Amino acid sequence: MKLTIEFGGGLELLCDSVKIHKVNVELKNGEKKLTMKDLLAWVGSNLIKERPEMFMKGDSVRPGVLVLVNDCDWELSGQLDTTLEDEDVVVFISTLHGG
Amino acid sequence: MENGDTKPRRAGGRLCCLCNNRRAALKRPKTLEQICRECFYEVFEEEIHQVIVDNQLFKPGERIGIGASGGKDSTVLAYVLSELNRRHNYGLDLFLLSVDEGITGYRDDSLETVKRNEVQYGLPLKIVSYKDLYGWTMDEIVKMIGLKNNCTFCGVFRRQALDRGAALLKVDKLVTGHNADDIAETVLLNILRGDVARYELLLEIEQMYCNYNRRRRANSEMQTFQNLNLICTYAYFKRLDYFSTECIYSPNAYRGFAREFIKDLERMRPRAILDIIKSGEDFRIATTTKMPEQGNCARCGYISSQKWCKACVLLEGLNRGLPKIGIGRSRGIDNDHQKEMKRSNGSKNIESKQCGTLDF
Repeated sequence: MKLTIEFGGGLELLCDSVKIHKVNVELKNGEKKLTMKDLLAWVGSNLIKERPEMFMKGDSVRPGVLVLVNDCDWELSGQLDTTLEDEDVVVFISTLHGG
Repeated sequence: MENGDTKPRRAGGRLCCLCNNRRAALKRPKTLEQICRECFYEVFEEEIHQVIVDNQLFKPGERIGIGASGGKDSTVLAYVLSELNRRHNYGLDLFLLSVDEGITGYRDDSLETVKRNEVQYGLPLKIVSYKDLYGWTMDEIVKMIGLKNNCTFCGVFRRQALDRGAALLKVDKLVTGHNADDIAETVLLNILRGDVARYELLLEIEQMYCNYNRRRRANSEMQTFQNLNLICTYAYFKRLDYFSTECIYSPNAYRGFAREFIKDLERMRPRAILDIIKSGEDFRIATTTKMPEQGNCARCGYISSQKWCKACVLLEGLNRGLPKIGIGRSRGIDNDHQKEMKRSNGSKNIESKQCGTLDF
């Protein structure tokens, strides 16, 4: 499944300072759909290069990380249960920084 | 400010409760309404407009300085204020005011952001530096005192640097952007530290409103009262250019705990942050508690409740090679000063600290 993953608010520092990643996520055997929960696990092991605790807490994102799926807060689409479709854009923005 | 790749999509995508027309993009923490991007801009900006109007923050023709760090809060404030100034004909002359603390690899980068904002929003920019004002950069201070208490120096100096910059720019008022999360954090930290009856809490809470009288110059502070999430979402949707690196000298450990706690609360109950601020506002200091009197620093003339203002005490310590002066609770600049502090502030040590009682 082709997805665009974007990091902001300093999270890009955890993945070699690259903000926008065009990725292809393979569905697990037998699975027909990809949820945000699956994607987070995938991002955690494939894109995040350092300090994963800044991004994840348990199986979700750390409180203070905004998640937008196609420019819509994931709270409206079911958070971890949000189902992703081909060409979706997922944005992670850390709000925990100075300013 | 692009329209993005919002696809008309998937069942279950609800419509905005305000316009009933476009797809909802986020939930307002205050009301839990689901609203679309356009209505979010409208609500966010008009809420700030309402604060300005209700508190009569500005008069036509005034010169207003915007404290600009290049971070999200001040960038959003500068953008929204210049928008509102145009839209509602406030008739204000706006200026960006930045403080250069002299932190290599942090402030130099964020000042580049402010310089871009100067061009993007067409607002003249003034930068005042610690080096010029005090003769020290933060890099030099940290070299001397290490990474303990350095934030005390920086905070005290910044507060005063902003005021001095405001005087140089000849602005009538200075506005600074604070997000609701930071204020709620401060409220919690002050309570946890037992500082409820102390001047700092009052001052900080008062700063959230327009604080006209307390300061020597007319210097208003505007509280935007927007949740951090909203500020970041706004900045992202509007593609605002802001700087998001943590200061290299700030470990901020204890603040980090309060922040995580607040974020956990918010997840369970989105209103929690605004409610904590409300509680902070509702604190009343018992009238029997002796509060420090506001005077002026005998050395530089800056407002101070002591003989010397905090910045002068700290600076004196740095220049004399005794940087611990002014850091602890019981150390004064010299014995006289210590006596002075005892007299004017009740007492500085914990045993006899007057905490007063709290009315809710």
